[in-house]
Amino acid sequence: MGWTRKDLLTMRDLEAGEIVLLVDTAASLQEIAGREIKKVPALRGKTVVNLFYESSTRTRTSFEIAGKWLSADVINFSASVSSTSKGESFVDTAKNIAAMSPDVVVVRHSSAGAAELLARQLPCSIVNAGDGAHEHPTQALLDLLTIREKKGHFEGLHVAIVGDIAHSRVARSNIHGMRKLGMTVTVAGPPTLIPPFVQELGAKVSYRLEDAIGDVDVIMMLRLQQERMTEGLIPSLREYSRFWGLTLDRLAKHARPDVLIMHPGPVNRGVELSPEVADGPYSVILDQVSRGVAVRMGVLLLLAGRKGGDGA
Amino acid sequence: MGSPAPRHREKAQVLDEIALDRALTRIAHEILERNGGAKDLAFVGLRTRGVSLAHRLSEKIAQIDGTTLPVGALDITLYRDDLGMRGTPVIRGTDIPFSIKAKTVILVDDVLFTGRTIRAALDAIIDLGRPTAIQLACLIDRGHRELPIRPDYIGKNLPTSRRESVAVRLREHDGEDRVVIEEPEEA
Repeated sequence: MGWTRKDLLTMRDLEAGEIVLLVDTAASLQEIAGREIKKVPALRGKTVVNLFYESSTRTRTSFEIAGKWLSADVINFSASVSSTSKGESFVDTAKNIAAMSPDVVVVRHSSAGAAELLARQLPCSIVNAGDGAHEHPTQALLDLLTIREKKGHFEGLHVAIVGDIAHSRVARSNIHGMRKLGMTVTVAGPPTLIPPFVQELGAKVSYRLEDAIGDVDVIMMLRLQQERMTEGLIPSLREYSRFWGLTLDRLAKHARPDVLIMHPGPVNRGVELSPEVADGPYSVILDQVSRGVAVRMGVLLLLAGRKGGDGA
Repeated sequence: MGSPAPRHREKAQVLDEIALDRALTRIAHEILERNGGAKDLAFVGLRTRGVSLAHRLSEKIAQIDGTTLPVGALDITLYRDDLGMRGTPVIRGTDIPFSIKAKTVILVDDVLFTGRTIRAALDAIIDLGRPTAIQLACLIDRGHRELPIRPDYIGKNLPTSRRESVAVRLREHDGEDRVVIEEPEEA
């Protein structure tokens, strides 16, 4: 299967074969991280712009390292220190950046659809690095790569995604990707944090942590996105933690001994994950971060390396 | 590397199973002769068929000399000079589980053609460390070089026209050991 898309916007758009191609490409690129000289010339002369309107540590750094290891020139733009603060609109800023002929623009924005808006307006490749509560495809891809490396396959696996599903682009992208690859997904959280349409995406729903984690291969814990919560969706952090926090005790009682614990970060220790679980033997949280670089290298390479793909 | 042309039909057989094996045996002897034994040698095969050939050469040297030389696999996709001209880049991964520092690396490929693949492979190897020397072994040298690159060990010199292609078929991938010249179906 070849890669023909100009942009990577959502997991929903992708076919299973495209997801597997992205994961395979990333898997083959992982070896670069172990080299003494972590640089290959594949994207020499290509320019990647990170256009971040929301704070980010992992994703922005990861795209930056990925671009640099592939020899692309990487420019970081963050809205707080730019002409955005002088009143320039999102599309105007993006068009100005596009006028400098980048090959790939990686965009994160608090509004759903921001990446797609740019993809329609700009001639260069756009990567969605998170648009509001909509999608975050590279996170889902790195989660999938981590799962395959640890479990060996996708088909038939059962994943529980636990916590603030309503505000989570990670959950949405993962549900789309996992369903396409023949995995079962159960989402779990307090009813106020489960969006009403989630069954339509093919996910099962559970309202008790103990039930949700019982018979799954992977538990993906999510952070409470308090910055996106406008009304009182949970009574208190303490109560949330008591019912929905994953502790060693709960794991030992209810989960399988070979379960993987994942978290897209940043972790709020003591809220959704106890420190013993976050740092424990089941946890692959830092593996996810390492694989994030490989996934972003794969995405940049496939977008910039597609036939006739010189950004024009 | 054979270029991804449309459909090809077989024009002539160049090597059969026995001739292919003999060529590899001779190359193994030449490698030992030229380097005064097997000390500090290592094989790096180019994906995909160069890797199989490298393993076979390593086995031959083990039979002759009793030394088991390490074999690595090199994928040069990230070093190509034509990214974006050939469609989706397929990365099959580099796997060289030993240090190439202070080693004489024998680079192994199936068909030597323009030399561009080897140019990329030299860059890729040097990025992994500083070998003492790099030598090049190719099963078929079909000419038409576009770069100043010359093999050290050749299985067979095979003058070809540019419109033909050379297919190296190996047991490990194709179920048979054979080298054939192919030409475009529609002529």
